[in-house]
Amino acid sequence: MKPAPFAYHAPRSLADAVRLLTELGDDAKVLAGGQSLVAAMNFRLARPAALVDINRIASLDFVNSEGGTLRIGALARHARFERPLVEGVLGGLLPYVARHIAHLPIRSRGTFAGSLAHADPASEWCLVARTLDAEIVLTGPKAERRVPAADYFQGVFTTALRSDEIVSEIRIPLPGAGWHGGFAEFSRRAGDFALAMCLALIRIEGGRIAEAKIGIGGGADRPLRIAAAERALVGQAPDAAAFAAAADIAAREIDPMSDIHADADYRRDLVGAMTRRALAHALRA
Amino acid sequence: MTDKIAVTLRVNARDYRIEVEPRRTLADAIRTDCGLTGTHLGCEHGVCGACTVIVDGHAVRSCLMFAVQAEGSHIRTVEGLADGERLSPVQQAFHDHHALQCGFCTPGFLMLATAILEDNPRIGADDLRHALASNLCRCTGYHNIVIAVQAAAEKMR
Amino acid sequence: MTWVGRSLKRFEDAPLLTGRARFMADAAIGARAVRFVRSPIAAGRIARIDIPDGVSAVTGADLIGVKPFRPRLNRSDFTPIEQPILPTDRVRFVGEPVVAVIAETPEAAEDAVDSVAVRFEPTPAVTDFVSALKADAPRVHDHAPANTVVDAKIRPPAVEAAFATAAHTVAIAIRSGRQSAFPLETRGARADYDPATGRTTLTVSTQMPHIVRTGLADVLGMREDDLRVVAPAVGGGFGQKMCPTPEYVVLIWLARRLKGSFAWIEDRHENLMASFHSRDQAHTVKGAFAADGKLLAIDVDLLCNIGAYSCFPVTHGVEPLMAMAEFPGPYDFPAYAARARAITTNTCPMAPYRGVSRPAITLAMERLMDTAAAKLGLDPVAIRRRNLVATFPYTSATGIKYDAGAYREALEIAAEKVDLPGFRARQMAARAEGRYLGIGFATFNERTGYGTPAFAPRMMDVTLGYETVEVAMDPSGFVEARIGASPHGQGLATTLAQIIADELGVAPDTIRVIHGDTDRTPYGWGTFASRGIVIVGGACKIAAAKLAVRLRAVAATLLQTEAGKVELADGRAALAGGPASIPIAELARAAYHQAHQFKDQPDIGLSARATYDPDGTYSNACHVAIVEVDVETGGVRLERFLAVEDAGRLVNPTIVDGQVRGGIVQGIANALFEEILYDQAGNILTTSLMDYAVPTAAEIPPIEIHHLETITDASITGAKGVGEGGAIGAPAAVINAVADAVESLGVAVYEMPIAPQRLRALIRAATGKKR
Repeated sequence: MKPAPFAYHAPRSLADAVRLLTELGDDAKVLAGGQSLVAAMNFRLARPAALVDINRIASLDFVNSEGGTLRIGALARHARFERPLVEGVLGGLLPYVARHIAHLPIRSRGTFAGSLAHADPASEWCLVARTLDAEIVLTGPKAERRVPAADYFQGVFTTALRSDEIVSEIRIPLPGAGWHGGFAEFSRRAGDFALAMCLALIRIEGGRIAEAKIGIGGGADRPLRIAAAERALVGQAPDAAAFAAAADIAAREIDPMSDIHADADYRRDLVGAMTRRALAHALRA
Repeated sequence: MTDKIAVTLRVNARDYRIEVEPRRTLADAIRTDCGLTGTHLGCEHGVCGACTVIVDGHAVRSCLMFAVQAEGSHIRTVEGLADGERLSPVQQAFHDHHALQCGFCTPGFLMLATAILEDNPRIGADDLRHALASNLCRCTGYHNIVIAVQAAAEKMR
Repeated sequence: MTWVGRSLKRFEDAPLLTGRARFMADAAIGARAVRFVRSPIAAGRIARIDIPDGVSAVTGADLIGVKPFRPRLNRSDFTPIEQPILPTDRVRFVGEPVVAVIAETPEAAEDAVDSVAVRFEPTPAVTDFVSALKADAPRVHDHAPANTVVDAKIRPPAVEAAFATAAHTVAIAIRSGRQSAFPLETRGARADYDPATGRTTLTVSTQMPHIVRTGLADVLGMREDDLRVVAPAVGGGFGQKMCPTPEYVVLIWLARRLKGSFAWIEDRHENLMASFHSRDQAHTVKGAFAADGKLLAIDVDLLCNIGAYSCFPVTHGVEPLMAMAEFPGPYDFPAYAARARAITTNTCPMAPYRGVSRPAITLAMERLMDTAAAKLGLDPVAIRRRNLVATFPYTSATGIKYDAGAYREALEIAAEKVDLPGFRARQMAARAEGRYLGIGFATFNERTGYGTPAFAPRMMDVTLGYETVEVAMDPSGFVEARIGASPHGQGLATTLAQIIADELGVAPDTIRVIHGDTDRTPYGWGTFASRGIVIVGGACKIAAAKLAVRLRAVAATLLQTEAGKVELADGRAALAGGPASIPIAELARAAYHQAHQFKDQPDIGLSARATYDPDGTYSNACHVAIVEVDVETGGVRLERFLAVEDAGRLVNPTIVDGQVRGGIVQGIANALFEEILYDQAGNILTTSLMDYAVPTAAEIPPIEIHHLETITDASITGAKGVGEGGAIGAPAAVINAVADAVESLGVAVYEMPIAPQRLRALIRAATGKKR
């Protein structure tokens, strides 16, 4: 389990990194945290001819919030999200989600943006980006593109990212007052990829759900919002019956993946259970 | 084969000038090129944690980093924990509480626990157990590892 | 005050804690790297091998004169099977080594593997019992119809009569999934040729250096004395590191042929794919019970998937024959019928793994007990109380003698500690809230520390069992104990020193245990089958006692008294009841350097040798698990785990606890987490630790232990074996607890591991609740 040979580049600026990717073509890969890529390279499942290591590009190492947007630079590592970064519903929710990502040593290297570039369907950050309608900033040789998460995720390990682009930033609109958020995940062991998970946000107004965002990860080939479940929640009192109904819809709507740990029927069951639990968590949190 | 790159690894406050292929992982460089074989390889895909070392204060999987990436970083390995023959609090606690049997996972657990406790010696019991779930041990059933790290935490407060 | 019984801190720890210990991969640095091209198909023919120019490689065609492994039992119900070192015609499992390549670095060796092109012609494969047992099934080995390579039977007439008249008959079918022993350190070896002596040294991560040497020398056609086998620090084994394998043969062949140093370090992918597996069994069990719950007879059909090849020296008979012989377990019943078969398939070969069949047979027996209890309206404690052996010595239905144990006491103490009535009340209350708690008991016994008397009935070509120890004091008064067995983490360097120290009257830290080197130690077997402390410890006690006789004789001369009046204690030889004494170190000096004073001694110097070869002694335990099942996800949370166990005298209680807990967690893994899976074509699906789910600290509860210490003369030290018991009882306790938790839903659980997906599927099927 040793990687195949590759050429190594460590540019100091985003422009240089993009220029290198353009020159090197399809066989080059961006190395950020490397926590999925290097493992795949050790198995020789990934054999990039060149790596463009962006870890020395200081300008990419930031997280800030301004104007109601959480801006996450390409080098922001998972561990950074374990402590509250923003006010409001995401203040507690993001650390709670972050602690479900792999293990502590993985979290000290892996990056938010890298998770989005890799696009594992069971990635917590991909679910966060999709559920919260993030904008993914892709920097290429010509221009910067801002792709809505809804369009960005296209399938298992498949995104709108082109081989000469870098996920340079993620912008997450911060939910305003009145939002409640919850998260539930099922995995076999602590730190394992989710077999199914749900991120649920509801805005409550006058005792009724005024808006809802139901995101499912690990269920289908990409993180999804379940619009029918969201619609069903709006106007309801935030109670067990409403949550159960939304969970049933989510379980029905999903087109589940199947693997050795979870066949399609099981994933459907888990999607339902996680949806109900995420909603219940939202109400408690 | 690709050309080798000259790298200086700073390990346990000592500089090692080595030449490695870019594909050489930090773990292999520490073991083979620096000769510090206390860092072990148990899975080479980031799950078992036997290769855990501390890089710039953070516990990391040295099998998931390339040596060329560690230039300029401060790396700590199991060989750097003891002060001469005096064991560190975590090492001593592992000995006192029988937190090792075959000892193969031990360096990784020692580095993980050291990083956890240096960051927060007052970490709560549940958080500690969860953090220690980062690494695998096949012999002890974890029971004594958790007890040992709790004992070390008390000493480090 | 004796050293035995104290929780001495381990002498092994210091190098392991500081990174100074030398494990296999550390010893491999500097040797040329060897890697293997492995079969990507489960069954087929090798049509063509293309090795590019510039790549050094070895194929089976090169290994002229090297014999296949062919472990044998000399009995008519056993069919031997051969494993070629590198096959030239057929491959039989995914991962089978086919070509060895050599390079200067491990990375370059993997490049070389990638560059070798082997064209295979696939043929149909069999991977499971159902397909393998069909009359027209493809044969894994041409000479084995229905792929059956052991077919052993016991059928006394009393069994049929018992079933005919029994008040109740209970029948269940058990499935035990395939598991990997998963030592954290993978396998590996290095072979060095020494041009000065013409000898080759194999440094290998093994539990059995002497038998590995025998096995390898045999297939290579070498004189054994031309081969030295050294075990460095061994990072766990649990059975997986017992047997010699093709990779080691190739390394020695290369070292001798090319007169150099060659190393292979297995990676985790290879380890999960092609190192030995274990536990893949299916049992059909029928029990005849009297109206009061007394067990009258058992009739079992035991199927063991043994994979593509056999394992030296224990053979592929080890799982079925162990299962058949030990199935009666701790229960007193007179009539027993069994059929035990080994089925060869196109999967990775099996080797013994901690517990060897007993986790599966204990699961079967304990599920039978709970199933019968439910049918008869008894609680799990009551039915066990009615059936556990209570008078010793006892002869089991298979004719094995049980020395005394604490079978019922363990059960009663466990039941009291978990407060069964209190738990039932809590369980009812939880159920009203939609929470599903369950409790599971497992009572079992385990034959431990058995020597050739126990192995001989298996009719093995190689009958294992005894251990020999040499204890010698050097002129400075320090002691070496040279043991043929080779520990892999159990702490024998500490516990054996405690045993020897008590005999010699010296401190344990003056005693060094030498192991893992065939040049330095007497021929012996190794650490497996819960035998180290019983057999090696027993041999140490005998040898040390002999040495003590010598010391007393020397002291008697120097103190001008009779040997019978000399006491050895606290590092001194003293005249009983008097002030005269002399440091033992001075005795040593005198024994060697004033030898002329001891003309009455049989030889010069201070050493003694002893062999211990006992029949075996039975440990026993009662394990209790309390779980909560999440019925929506099938997830199982362990709330509590308790072990009440009797392993005789505790030489070092802390080390015993470590063995018990470590075993229990491997058993929990067996019950809930770990399973090697194949698809129908024989492709292995679990070759990473993302897919092979070894549990972490987060899944494991603190484990409570309560000790009983029944001392019997079946073990000269009073100690019984403790290495495997945890792994034997825990799966049944956990599965019984899961079954208890979901029983009210009409769900029946008879398989392990009960992964959440499987449990949820059972719940879904039983409750008919589909989303």
